[in-house]
Amino acid sequence: MQKNAKKAIAESSMMAGNMSKGGRTLNVVLSVVFALLCLVWIYPVALVLINSFKVETAITTSTIFNLPLGETFAGVDNYVYGVQKMNFLSSFGYSLLITVTSVALIILCCSMCAWFITRVNGVFSKVMYMLCVFSMVVPFQMVMFTLSKTADSLGLNTPFNICIIYLGFGAGLAVFMFTGFMRSVPVAMEEAAMIDGCNPLQIFFKVVFPILKPTAISTAILETMWVWNDYLLPQLVLDIKKYMTIPMAVQYFQGSFGRVEMGPMMACITITVIPIIILYLCSQKYIIEGVISGAVKG
Amino acid sequence: MGNYIKRYWPVFVLPTLAAFIIGFIWPFIWGTYLSFFSFKTLSKTTFVGFQNYIDLFGKANFGFTDALGRTVIFTAITSVLINVIAFFIALALTRKLKGSNVFRTVFFLPNLIGGIVLGFTWKTLLNGVLSGMNMELLALNATHGFWGLVILTCWQQIGYMMVIYIAGLQNVPGDILEAAAIDGATPLQTLVKIKLPMVMPSITICAFLTLTNSFKLFDQNLALTGGEPNGTSQLLALNIYKTFTEYPKFKGVAQAKAFVFFLMVVAISLIQLYFTKRKEVQQ
Repeated sequence: MQKNAKKAIAESSMMAGNMSKGGRTLNVVLSVVFALLCLVWIYPVALVLINSFKVETAITTSTIFNLPLGETFAGVDNYVYGVQKMNFLSSFGYSLLITVTSVALIILCCSMCAWFITRVNGVFSKVMYMLCVFSMVVPFQMVMFTLSKTADSLGLNTPFNICIIYLGFGAGLAVFMFTGFMRSVPVAMEEAAMIDGCNPLQIFFKVVFPILKPTAISTAILETMWVWNDYLLPQLVLDIKKYMTIPMAVQYFQGSFGRVEMGPMMACITITVIPIIILYLCSQKYIIEGVISGAVKG
Repeated sequence: MGNYIKRYWPVFVLPTLAAFIIGFIWPFIWGTYLSFFSFKTLSKTTFVGFQNYIDLFGKANFGFTDALGRTVIFTAITSVLINVIAFFIALALTRKLKGSNVFRTVFFLPNLIGGIVLGFTWKTLLNGVLSGMNMELLALNATHGFWGLVILTCWQQIGYMMVIYIAGLQNVPGDILEAAAIDGATPLQTLVKIKLPMVMPSITICAFLTLTNSFKLFDQNLALTGGEPNGTSQLLALNIYKTFTEYPKFKGVAQAKAFVFFLMVVAISLIQLYFTKRKEVQQ
């Protein structure tokens, strides 16, 4: 009670300090400035949305800023064309498949591995941890050539098993985040479970994993943002004639193969971006928390 | 506890370890090894010692030194711009503004969209602006390409760093600020003497993130200009990629370039680590 009262007093005095007349005017000015800045910030995304409703001839560098009115309005034609001709749905499906399997695998395997290396002290655990930290520093260009060759020779070059590569490459960050959290968790509860006769697997899934949940969500968000948007790894590993993820499709269709069909491109980008924005608006709290906890440990 | 779970290692560690070896350790070792060979295909490799490392500054440069210089300038410009702007936005948004949450949401948004899509979007937008001003398009003018990339990178990353700065600023205890206010500190004094030192950890993190992100930038570079015209707008990562794909005879050199690139990233990280450690001692 006393604490709350103190806090309230502190807050009210701070408000009084902050909200002098000059402060209030400044806040109003800042609000207006930021509102305008936000419009600028959204504009590139809005531009894609607007142009996705225009006919092909109305999307040139000089007419890009015009609104789809009258003759230039194409309705949903671009969307229909994009989905049918550019095989967009299959790209979407592959991207979704790869992201879901990779992130699920990363969370499961890396949390188990992190628990093991925090609880078992030894040279092996130390080396594994150091390697994971090291792998976060190494730029992808260093391994891209040899990694694609390795993936080819092991048959890991389809959307169904590329998640193994992602597990290997995403392990660094995930193990790092999980061990960072694991170290602050007291061992007593796990020992109690052991004395009660749980085997290590039961201890992990019944006792440890529920505690890890917040970290698991943060890690899953960071890894999802990475895998869903990743271009180079699938581009090098997958056979582009058979499988294309969304970033691959976007780069492929804007590449130097004759004239770019701008309308359908804009439509496809809109279809990709809208679900991400909706997902973001719904789970914003977790995403922001994920970014912050990732940064604090990184 | 340790001994009890030790014999379960095949269940707990093996899947991650195996994937880690396949996806990282082996490609890394093999890649380092191959940087000392000359090869067109992997079936025929010739040992050349350090020749690749000499060639990458000589006959097989293919714009590597230029790209290095460009990347350093690009990294310096974007790191400063992003951190300064993000810090001031965070400072304003922690003033309990009306609509703070909406602003935060909007500024962070670009981070959820992939670099390739962002590159395409900004190419369309900037080309529209440039043609409206009767200037050369992105792919025809390296200066436009470079500054376009700066704008795109800032637009994307300011929101991310802002989120970290907001978290840092919110951790500054209210009673310290109150004490300062009672002692008659001006807002500027509060900022310089209290807020800045208190968010120093956030600043180090953000500085490191922006430095490495800009230094390793690839997707945005590829989608925005693709290095055009003639590779004069490409950064290091794209230069290495192009060496791999466009000069099949020089795969060894490309691998050597990648190793040099790796060493530079490690150097940046070590410097960062040094500064973080020093800060920790001071506190």
